[in-house]
Formats: sequence, C-alpha cells, structure tokens
Amino acid sequence: MEVHPEAGKEGKPSCALVELQGDSSLQVEISDAVSERDKVKFTVQTKSCLPHFAQTEFSVVRQHEEFIWLHDAYVENEEYAGLIIPPAPPRPDFEASREKLQKLGEGDSSVTREEFAKMKQELEAEYLAIFKKTVAMHEVFLQRLAAHPTLRRDHNFFVFLEYGQDLSVRGKNRKELLGGFLRNIVKSADEALITGMSGLKEVDDFFEHERTFLLEYHTRIRDACLRADRVMRSHKCLADDYIPISAALSSLGTQEVNQLRTSFLKLAELFERLRKLEGRVASDEDLKLSDMLRYYMRDSQAAKDLLYRRLRALADYENANKALDKARTRNREVRPAESHQQLCCQRFERLSDSAKQELMDFKSRRVSSFRKNLIELAELELKHAKASTLILRNTLVALKGEP
Amino acid sequence: MAAEREPPPLRDGKPTDFEELEDGEDLFTSTVSTLESSPSSPEPASLPAEDISANSNGPKATEVVLDDDREDLFAEATEEVSLDSPEREPILSSEPSPAVTPVTPTTLIAPRIESKSMSAPVIFDRSREEIEEEANGDIFDIEIGVSDPEKVGDGMNAYMAYRVTTKTSLSMFSKSEFSVKRRFSDFLGLHSKLASKYLHVGYIVPPAPEKSIVGMTKVKVGKEDSSSTEFVEKRRAALERYLQRTVKHPTLLQDPDLRQFLESSELPRAVNTQALSGAGILRMVNKAADAVNKMTIKMNESDAWFEEKQQQFENLDQQLRKLHASVEALVCHRKELSANTAAFAKSAAMLGNSEDHTALSRALSQLAEVEEKIDQLHQEQAFADFYMFSELLSDYIRLIAAVKGVFDHRMKCWQKWEDAQITLLKKREAEAKIMVANKPDKIQQAKNEIREWEAKVQQGERDFEQISKTIRKEVGRFEKERVKDFKTVIIKYLESLVQTQQQVFKIEVLMNGRKHFVEKRYSEFHALHKKLKKCIKTPEIPSKHVRNWVPKVLEQRRQGLETYLQAVILENEELPKLFLDFLNVRHLPSLPKAESYGSFDETESEESSKLSHQPVLLFLRDPYVLPAASDFPNVVIEGVLHGIFYPHLQPR
Repeated sequence: MEVHPEAGKEGKPSCALVELQGDSSLQVEISDAVSERDKVKFTVQTKSCLPHFAQTEFSVVRQHEEFIWLHDAYVENEEYAGLIIPPAPPRPDFEASREKLQKLGEGDSSVTREEFAKMKQELEAEYLAIFKKTVAMHEVFLQRLAAHPTLRRDHNFFVFLEYGQDLSVRGKNRKELLGGFLRNIVKSADEALITGMSGLKEVDDFFEHERTFLLEYHTRIRDACLRADRVMRSHKCLADDYIPISAALSSLGTQEVNQLRTSFLKLAELFERLRKLEGRVASDEDLKLSDMLRYYMRDSQAAKDLLYRRLRALADYENANKALDKARTRNREVRPAESHQQLCCQRFERLSDSAKQELMDFKSRRVSSFRKNLIELAELELKHAKASTLILRNTLVALKGEP
Repeated sequence: MAAEREPPPLRDGKPTDFEELEDGEDLFTSTVSTLESSPSSPEPASLPAEDISANSNGPKATEVVLDDDREDLFAEATEEVSLDSPEREPILSSEPSPAVTPVTPTTLIAPRIESKSMSAPVIFDRSREEIEEEANGDIFDIEIGVSDPEKVGDGMNAYMAYRVTTKTSLSMFSKSEFSVKRRFSDFLGLHSKLASKYLHVGYIVPPAPEKSIVGMTKVKVGKEDSSSTEFVEKRRAALERYLQRTVKHPTLLQDPDLRQFLESSELPRAVNTQALSGAGILRMVNKAADAVNKMTIKMNESDAWFEEKQQQFENLDQQLRKLHASVEALVCHRKELSANTAAFAKSAAMLGNSEDHTALSRALSQLAEVEEKIDQLHQEQAFADFYMFSELLSDYIRLIAAVKGVFDHRMKCWQKWEDAQITLLKKREAEAKIMVANKPDKIQQAKNEIREWEAKVQQGERDFEQISKTIRKEVGRFEKERVKDFKTVIIKYLESLVQTQQQVFKIEVLMNGRKHFVEKRYSEFHALHKKLKKCIKTPEIPSKHVRNWVPKVLEQRRQGLETYLQAVILENEELPKLFLDFLNVRHLPSLPKAESYGSFDETESEESSKLSHQPVLLFLRDPYVLPAASDFPNVVIEGVLHGIFYPHLQPR
C-alpha cells in the first residue's frame, strides 16, 4: 500500500500540541512521507542559516528507527540530564486499520455493495488520518528539538538533519529491548528506593511539589487519555452504525407504499448525513482531545524522567558527602573524595537549575496548548452540533410538510 | 470558521420568549406509541363482513371497502367515497390510481410530545353500532394506560401486576373511567382468546409482547437493580402499546372478553400461557406442524393483490428485521458511548483536581461537568432510540408475523375448500358409477352425500371469500395504521434528536463561555472602560480599589461590572467594535454570544455592529467567587433559545 499524503502541506494536526516560539534560524519540517509495506519514509527538510551547516536548505530521508535513535542519543547524553527530552514519536501503526480493511474485503455477504463502499471509504479515511498523525508526531519531535536552545546544538541532531545517506540504524533487537525493559524496572525500583528507603530529604520545596504533582498527574492523564480514546472509539462505532441503518431505510423506502416512501428516503438521507457529522465529531475529538492528552502523557513521562535524574544526582551527592565524611574521619583519600563531592554537588546544582527552568517551560507549554485545544474543541463541537441541528430541523420540516 | 462565529442575523421578533424549553426528559418517558387520532370521520360505507354473503355483489363490496380504507389513509375530512369509479382496481398497489393522488392536504399527524396516554377515536362499523349512528361525527375515544408495575409475591411465584386504566366516553362501558390490576399472563390470556376467536376469520389480532423467562426471573429473584427496572419498564410500555393497538381495532373492541379484561375486577386466571407448560409444548408442536403444512400446500394464487401483498410483507419483514438489528446495535453503542463519556468525565475531573494551574484546573473540571451532561444526554438519546425506534420496529415485526398468520389462515381456508371440492367430485363420480350400476337404494344415499358436500363446498367457498375480504380490509387498515405509526414515531424521534442536539449545543456553549470567563480580569474591564470613554458615553465603572479578596466584595464587584456592561449596551445604540471585541462577540462564542447565537441561515455579517435583538446580557456567578457555579440553565437563555429555535414549534 502506498500513500503519499502531502503531509507537510495539509493538516498538521499535532502541531497544535505544542506552541513553539523558535526563531527562524533553524526550521525543520517533514515535507513528504511515503509508506512502503511496513516502513514509513519521512523526508525531512531543513532550512537554516546556522554556520554549522554547509548549505542553507537541504533534505534527507529518514525512517522511524532513526528518530528513535536520535531520541535515545539525547537521553543517554549526560549533558542533557537536566532537560526534558521531547518524547519520541510513537511507532507508525497501521496494522489495525489494515486488518480492518482486509476483514472488510473478506467480509460477510450480508453487506450490500453500497454499504461496503461506504465502509471502505471510511476505513481509508481512517488510515489516512492515522498516517497524517504519525507524520505530524515525528515533525513535532524534530521541531521541538530545533526550537530548544540547548538541544538544537547537538551534534547527533545535525547529523540526523544533514547526513545524506542512510544512518544505518537498525531497530532494537530483542536483547536490547529486554535490556531497556530491565533498565526501566531497575530505574523505577531505584527511584522507590531513593525516596522510600534511604529517606532522602528533598532540599527544595519546588521540586518536592513538582514531583508529587507530576506523579499524580501522569497517572491521571494516562487514565484520561485511555478514556478519551474509548469515547472516541465508541463515537466512531456509532457513526458506523448509521451506515446499515441508512442503507436499510433506503431499501425499505424503495419498496414501500407510497405514503412512506419519501419519508423513508428522507430519513435514510438524514442518517447518512448524520453519520458524516458524527464521524467528524469523533475525529475532532480524537485530534483535539485525545491526541493532546496522549502527547502530554508522554511529555509528563519525560518530565518525570528528568526528575528522576535529578533525584539520582541528589542521591549521588549525598553519598559523596557521606563518603567524604568517612574519608575525613579515617583521614584517608580525602582529596579524591572531596573532588568527587565537589563534582556531584556541581552536577546536582546544574541539574536543579536547568530542571527548574524546564519544568516551568513544561507547565506554560502545557497550559497554553490545553487552552488552545480545549477552545478549539468546544468550537468544533459547537459547529457540529449546530450543523446537525440544522439538518434535523430541515428534515423535520420536510417530513411535516408532507401530507 | 470565522463565518460561523459572526453574530447571527438579527430578528425583529423579540427573542425573549420565556417559555420553558421542552424538557428532554418527558420525551423519552412518554410512552412511545402515542398514536394520533385516526380519521374521525364516520366511516361512510364499510359494509360489515356478514352482509356481504351473497356472491353476486362480492367484488363490488370489496371495492367499497377498499375505497374507504384508501381515503382514510389520507384524511379525516374526506367523506364522500366515489363508489362509481369503476376503473379503480381493488388493488392497493403502490402506484396510486389517479383518483387517489390528489391527497387532501390535511395535517394527518400533529405530533404531540407530552401525552402519556393515547387517544384513539375508534371507527365503528355502522351496522354493529346502530345506536351510535345518530351521534354521527362525534369522536368516541378510549384511552388506555398501563402503569404502576408492582411486584406481588415472592420467589419464583412472584409476578408483576400492572394497573390498567381506561378512560372512555363509549356507552358500552358502564363507567367513564376505571382501572383494574392485571398481570402479564392475563394479557397473554386475552391475546390467546382473541386470537382463537378472530384469527381464523381473517382479523389481524395484535400480538402480545413476548415472554421473557430470563428477564422475568431476574425480576423475581433480583433486588432493585437497573436492569430489572428497565425490563419492567420496557414490558410496561409494550403492554400499553399492545392494549392500545387492540382497542383501536373496531371489531376487537366489541369483544366481551376484552371488555371483561378492562372492566371486571376479577378475571379468571389465564392458564396455559406459561412458556414451559404442556400447553406451551403443544403450541410449539402445532407451530411446527403449521410450518410443515405451509411448505406442502402449494396454492395457486388466483388473486394478484394477495400475491403482491404477501410478497411485500415478506420483504418488509426482512427489511425491518435488518433495520431492527442495526438500530439495536446503535442503541448498544450509544449506551457504550455514554458509559465511556461518564468514565472520561470522571478522569477529566481527576485530572482537573491534580492540575496545579488554577485556571486550567477549573477549565478541566468544567470540561468534566460538560462531559457528564453529555453523558446524560447520550443516555437519554439511547433511551429514545430504544423506546421509540427500536420498539416500534420490533412491534411491527411481530405485527407482520400476525399478518402472515392471517395469510396462512386464508391458505388453510382455501385448502379446506379445495378438499371439499375434490371430495364432491369424487362423490359425483361415485354417484355416476352407482347410476350405471343402477342401485336405487344407494343412489339416495349418494345424492344426500353429494348435497352435503355441495353445501360444504359452498360453505368453504364462502368462507374463503369472506376471509379474503376480511383480510383485505384488515390489511388496508393495518397499512393505514402502519403509515401513521411510522410517521408519528419518526417525527417524534427526530424531534427528540433535535432536542438532544440542542442540549448538546447549549452545553457546549456553556463550556466555551465559562472557559472564556476565566480569562477576563478586572484590569481588562478597567482598560475597556478607559478606551470606551473616549468614544461613547459610559456609565460609572465600579471602583478600582478593592481592599481584600473576600468573596463578598468580589461578588459586589461582579454585580457592579455586570450592571456596567448592561448599561453600556442599553445606553448606546451603536456599539463600538472595541466593545464587541471585548465581549468577543465576533471572535469566540463567549457567553454574551450565547444569547444571540442561533439562526443557522446567517449569511453575511454586516460590518455594522448594531445589535438589533434586544440586548440581553447576564453574568453567571463569578467563577472566581464560586468556582462550582452550575446553575447555567437560565430562564433568559432558555427563552431566547426558544424564541430563536422554536417559532415553528409554536402552536399554529
């Protein structure tokens, strides 16, 4: 299956997710994307006047794995420990809609041809929407990197943008995946250990507050996201239900006695139009609400990771202090311990500073995008509600007008 | 998108019509099958079936009957029936004959939403109700309601008793209003009695609701939970519709059993209605035998009308079943949606709780509130879907089964007749043989037999003719009822949809308005004031200095600002764009717009920002003071909405 949506031009649904105020010295966008079998190839286009780049405009072809690699490179870089690394884009997942399409193709015979055509159309639209969304997610990732004053200066990022050839990044193999999984477990265990067992005292109220907030917020937003998804799905189901109703009504209309025929046909038409509206409502909800929630779920995860890194640094610092004390009492190896303690202290302070800034940024970003999206959502819902009221009213008038 | 947000085109009529909006609730609680009055004109010439015994004028009589039915389809006012239109075939075909097409434009259906009971003026057979003939044109009505289901007894012997209330002006009942207690099996008993009496002569006896062992067991065993109350309510509605359908049938209404059912306080216990009794098994065996019979009998249909009708009903049945299945799916999904929305509302509220940005947190909890309301709406809509649409369909699926049963009876009748003819033929042959054999003693006997069989043949033929006629009449009536039913229900259903949509609409406005409110601050008010002072006359703005943030002071200030804004609107004919911008009339449907949004046919927005509707402006309780203010449904807004949206719904 090949799809060439002009992803860069029309509909960048998720750009609304974050408001970026980057200057124009580095602009990144995904101008095109091609889906080939199980791979999606993104064309990343860069415009820049930074002296680092040889040209001012260039484009490269990248795959999802390379995005992941870039993200991992950021996460593993010690220099960025004090920053919120933008969450990596989700894997392109077209399996579900492809499967549905296939199932429809095999389909049971009870569906009429028109119904089939409509359902297929619906599924194709869904597929396209997912595709576009995926592209937009990748784009947002790059744009956030490009807009960040520190992250944009990363060497890997430059390579990613500029290097003409394939980066030959392979996807993670099973061992690595397992390793990542284990690391995650160790990390959360460590986190629990630091806070719970050693009774580490938080020195800064701000961070104490942020931590409790983020922990709670993350679970809540995950929950909300899940629910919103479910709402959206059932909305879609509802819209799909209108298809057979409309079809049945219209076939009923064609063979009905005279007095009812027009009514049935009108009703069928009504349901058809309502279906489209419902579908639009569902997709808007998806776009404005659940996508936003999902993005911020991942963003808050990133923020949580940042807090963990800071906590870890704090723990290191405390340990270094203890080690120094010990060394002093024994009067042995005081110097290296001192320098180590110094190092930890510096690191911790640097982390705290940048983390504070980052968390503030995160908050303002979140608030503004929530506001924007919620208002847009309300507007769209209003619009749809108006439209459907109009349709219903017109039909009602038409039906009443009949003898 | 900007176009939609323009101020609506302005209406001259006063939009403040303080009529309460129809509550969405009555919509779905009102029983579904509120059928509007059937033609109230006295039926001119429907000859009772008994009178058409003579074969000679059979076809003519049929024509008459059919004509009546046709005319009745269209209007209450058509009294004269053109008996002299010979070109009209006695076929209710789908193409209307020319004489029928000029449909009298009467309002056949005036949808009523509020009525809980029905009024069904019943048409009488003239010959039967000679007495009533004088009161020509009067409407005889009978209203039946089924209400107050209550549980009687305990354990597996428990049953639900329903109160059947009848209101009538018919003289055949001793009182004009009475009510009795009946249980479900009584209804079934009534149905089986009526069916055994009338089905074989070709009347369509409305089918009783189905038994449901699972549901009833739940009710019997279970305590008060939602599914069992839902079941009881569903059954109650079904029973009500059943009775209403039954009494609407002119012949069935005359039946003593029905009268007894409605009137007498004691009713012989209906037996043999239990699903798992011997009789039930017998019934099942009978049904199976019938089915086999149906397959074996090959009737060469002599009447095109019947053939067509049978075909039509067959199709109709299929289509309705399909539709019913889809609607069930719809209902199911809508319920799911409602549940999911509720869950989402909860988690949005939780999210709002944990959000540390105050305004955002408030917005989120408002979102949660809105979602909760939407959930309510979805739920109501699901109920409406179910009680109006789905139940109508299932009723008609059962009714069609009854119609089919009638057709089967006709077939049986025909078979009997045929059998009689064959026997007669045989007897005649035997007689001829006897004549040849010349046995005088047997000739007499054979002659007797022949006479007997001739009579039987005639009887059979008559029976057949009659059943055919009755069926025709009945089917005509059925069609008429069906058309009316469907139309009423469809319209009502659509109206419910409209209402739901409008409520969603309102709530969304609420969401947006509130959201916006959060963003307006006193300082902005003040800035506005300064700017306005330059161009128009302004009233006094409330004092700027507020010493402390106590709610009372804030509330005062809120009121002050409110009066201030209202005064600005009232005192100035032309409002500066600045002011409207402040209220976001043009950019966002914030609250003030809520009063003036509306008409969909808004076309171009004139640059003039004059408000030609009566300026209505109000503030909700200040969200800063009372964040949980929830009394949005405001009389003014409702009135305005009513004025804008419902002019066509107003009593004409």
